[in-house]
Amino acid sequence: MALILLSNAGFADPIIVQSTTSTQNSGLYEYLLPVFEDETGIEIRVVAVGTGQALKNAQNCDGDMLITHAKAAEQEFVAQGFGIARHDLMYNDFIIVGPANDPAGVAGLKTASDALTAIAKANAPFASRGDNSGTHQAELTLWPEDPAPSSGDWYLETGSGMGPTLNAAIGLSAYTLTDRATWVSFGNKGDHVILLEGDPALFNQYGVIVVNPSHCPNANIEDADTFQTWLLGPAGQSAIAGFQVDGQQLFTPNAANP
Amino acid sequence: MMNDFAGAFRQAFGLIVTADAELLQIIGLSLQVTLSAVAIAAMIGLPIGALLAVSRFTGRGVVIVLMNAAMGLPPVVVGLTLYMLFSQAGPLAVLSLLYTPAAMIIAQTVLVTPIIIALTRMTIASLMLEHGETLLAMRASASQRIITLLIEARPALITALLAGMGRALAEVGAVMIVGGNINHATRVMTTAIALETSRGELALALALGIILLGLSLSINAAAMLLRPKDIGLVHAH
Repeated sequence: MALILLSNAGFADPIIVQSTTSTQNSGLYEYLLPVFEDETGIEIRVVAVGTGQALKNAQNCDGDMLITHAKAAEQEFVAQGFGIARHDLMYNDFIIVGPANDPAGVAGLKTASDALTAIAKANAPFASRGDNSGTHQAELTLWPEDPAPSSGDWYLETGSGMGPTLNAAIGLSAYTLTDRATWVSFGNKGDHVILLEGDPALFNQYGVIVVNPSHCPNANIEDADTFQTWLLGPAGQSAIAGFQVDGQQLFTPNAANP
Repeated sequence: MMNDFAGAFRQAFGLIVTADAELLQIIGLSLQVTLSAVAIAAMIGLPIGALLAVSRFTGRGVVIVLMNAAMGLPPVVVGLTLYMLFSQAGPLAVLSLLYTPAAMIIAQTVLVTPIIIALTRMTIASLMLEHGETLLAMRASASQRIITLLIEARPALITALLAGMGRALAEVGAVMIVGGNINHATRVMTTAIALETSRGELALALALGIILLGLSLSINAAAMLLRPKDIGLVHAH
């Protein structure tokens, strides 16, 4: 009996994907996964957490693959032997959103660093993820001064996901940095608007990694590999390009030579 | 915001009358996890609570204080501890429990058991004050006494079970971490509410909250209707 169970393990097992929240909150998986599952019969289970926690969970072998958006941290993950390889999957961009009356005067500025400087100068409230997620790591690189401001009266670390942080920013009339996918699909925008976009520094690359079987011998590598190949191949890439919310494409596929 | 409140009630009503398939699955899992946890917690908590009430041993006071304090265990700490145990990097990895309903049942059992122990002990202790001498005079053995007292205390013990159930049905921190809020696998009412909140779908989140409250209300009403009549030793005098 035990032998039967063991021999079945890894065969009918679903894949567990440790993922950033933006891909889940935007509805991307609800759109992508049924397509893949119908084609292959492989079931995918997504655990959506910040990129920092996703990498940590995968390091503990509590997932078979990763879809995250913090390239440096992802490369480090692979370099340490926890993942086989990191592949570019798709991109979108970060934007700075804030109250429509824009007390810090961000709207006319060109770069994210200038915008953050203006917010700091005005002591205007800014909600930071503060959770080591991909968006938080990106935000920290954008502050002109290093280290970034410490949490206090105007710089507020929420320590939670993008959605709760947006809810806080809207409740407090604060500025915040968000990925575009979460923002476009967000249902509680209040009177917040996009105040800064288009700075090349706001490029937001998503990557995919299958965990390293020599580090995680029980991982469902075969199926995870199938899913990764599909995502990076023509079918997955065009499915990503076809995903829209309110008529807007939220992610642009950019896998290199699948 | 006021629109959201009205919208929430409309959406809750809409979800119920259309018997939304996804919602039914989430409600089903919530009930399965919570009722299993309360059943297991009752099997552990009722005898231990009664035993603590009728027995005298060194360290009994310490055990009682620990159990009472454990009623306030933060769910997120229970979730984190179980994650560290069940993780593939943890000591119980071989059980493959992480991200399964079984792990969620275990988490809620840990949260509910201290409540049932503490409330059972209190209930039985006050029954003992009234009837301890009678039971001693009947020369009942310790286990006979415990069983008699538990049977007599049924109405109050049902309240203890309901208190435990309320805690389990309402918590989100533990099941979020050990269950992972996986769609169609480990998503329950509270984690679905957290997800819709994080999507900014406040009316839908509140609608789910209204349905959860309705669920809790129904269970409590059913327990009230089915509970044994509040008679017996307590009012026999």
